[in-house]
Amino acid sequence: MKNGRSWLRGFLMEAAALMVLGSVHLFAQGRGGGAAQTAKAAAPIDLTGYWVAVISEDWRWRMVTPAKGDYASIPLTKDGKALADTWDPAKDTSEGEQCRSYAAPGLMRLPARFHLTWQDDNTLRVDSDLGMQTRLFHFGNWKSPGGAATWQGDSVARWEMPRAGFGAAPATGGSLTVNTTNIKPGYMRKNGVMFSANAKLTEYFDLVREEGGDIWLVDTVVLDDPKNLQVPWTTPIHYKKEADGSKWDPTPCSATW
Amino acid sequence: MRNTLIRVASAAFLAGLIGIPANAEVDLNGNWQSRQHEDWIERGPGPDPVDYTGLPLSPEGRAKALSYTAAQLGMSERQCLYYVPHYVVFGPQGVKIWSEHDHVTGRIIAWKISAAVDRDIITVWMDGRPRPGRNEPHTFAGFTTGKWEGDMLTTYTTHIKEGYDRRNGVPSSDQATATMHIMRHGDLLTIMAVITDPVYLTEPHVVDRTWVLDPRANTPPTSAACFPFVELPNLDGTAKVPHHLPGKNPDVAELVKLHNLPQDAILGFPETIYPEYRKKIKDTYVRPEQCKRYCCGWVALGGPGSSPGLSCITNGSGRVFDQ
Repeated sequence: MKNGRSWLRGFLMEAAALMVLGSVHLFAQGRGGGAAQTAKAAAPIDLTGYWVAVISEDWRWRMVTPAKGDYASIPLTKDGKALADTWDPAKDTSEGEQCRSYAAPGLMRLPARFHLTWQDDNTLRVDSDLGMQTRLFHFGNWKSPGGAATWQGDSVARWEMPRAGFGAAPATGGSLTVNTTNIKPGYMRKNGVMFSANAKLTEYFDLVREEGGDIWLVDTVVLDDPKNLQVPWTTPIHYKKEADGSKWDPTPCSATW
Repeated sequence: MRNTLIRVASAAFLAGLIGIPANAEVDLNGNWQSRQHEDWIERGPGPDPVDYTGLPLSPEGRAKALSYTAAQLGMSERQCLYYVPHYVVFGPQGVKIWSEHDHVTGRIIAWKISAAVDRDIITVWMDGRPRPGRNEPHTFAGFTTGKWEGDMLTTYTTHIKEGYDRRNGVPSSDQATATMHIMRHGDLLTIMAVITDPVYLTEPHVVDRTWVLDPRANTPPTSAACFPFVELPNLDGTAKVPHHLPGKNPDVAELVKLHNLPQDAILGFPETIYPEYRKKIKDTYVRPEQCKRYCCGWVALGGPGSSPGLSCITNGSGRVFDQ
């Protein structure tokens, strides 16, 4: 009987310990492993450096500006198609709107190089050489200041941590989730395929290390725009890490090229 | 000893109750519906006969691709050939993924990625079994091992039978290997494939695709049976293989005419996949005024989910179709 009580006491203590462990695990998930840590210190993967878009997919629609009316692969609505059919790059240029295809939903698909740096402990900065745009990924409790929509919108970021298994070694790696809103209406494709003011952009960034030493960044992009898209436009994009910025080539926006 | 066993069992039981996984693995099980939101023409209706854009082809790869004609598929012995395993990221199909467990330990010993109508099942061995010797048979399934890297399943495939990387005859040699990184974010599944081929590629060919979890997709795990028959009697039993001789491919300039694309990009020269290539073509590329064929790749006209009132050129006829 005494042994039975002892076993019961041990069982309950283990239960309590596991409950605490479970709670800690749930709290840590997506919060950088601790409230006191900055996003930079908590980063499970290092995304900083120079990255080049390798155009091995959608070449005809990314490397050059495709023909007007070429919407292959984009699940447009009737409204979205009607808007895209009005594309006039000369008008965009004359109105000073030549950066429309460099807004966040289009920017990451461009044949560009990207430079990722920490602007401060809780802000990851993404610069592009093509179009010379800057995106800011804000971690923590950042709130949008509001105001007019911009090409790059307001981006809120969080780390996603892998879950450690019971009795397994501590998990490594992780990924980055970024939600962007308040984006000024622009083009998701260079030839005037437009997203609306209500578009929401969700991105999942993963880091991939190849056996041969190559490092790749994968950005799974989900553009949700019920006005112009029948379903969210989902396109993963990959970038290869470069040793330095020697090929960095700042180039201003162009509505035609 | 008995108490220790009971304590371990009770701890495991409690861990299960509060949701701590036994292994640091993401559940990939399910039916995943393909999202063809890029390269739809290549994946859906099929690529143009000579469209090697985005590929880093070696001179051998280019020469072999240019010798290809789809008439080869009319040969009885080629009608039922499978594609290579990494065709999973080139093709249009959804996938079913399921795990197989050791009946005693419960541990996952393999992940299975379903076949398609023209591709074999991929078995990703997770039990640490050794890779076959280099002279062991090569198959259309290949031999694949896997390991978890955080929440990402990384697989490595060797022993692949010679086949095609693109449906228009871009070849894949029996020395090709494929590394696939499988990432799940909620109901999205992204597979990034890094394909190396010392014979037909000059550098790794990287492609990533996305699928969406769809419990109603009910993707068949195996491929349908294929029964070859004589399509071209004039070829049957002659040992002739339809082909184009070097320099004689009639479609080599088709995309130049249709889309004003540069010839070296169409032919898959490796430098054409990097941004700096644009400087070379900036002064020569002229954007076509209007799209003339395969202009839309959304949900099939009239199909479920399609948008009423849409009109577009959806095939090669140049004719506008309305909902």
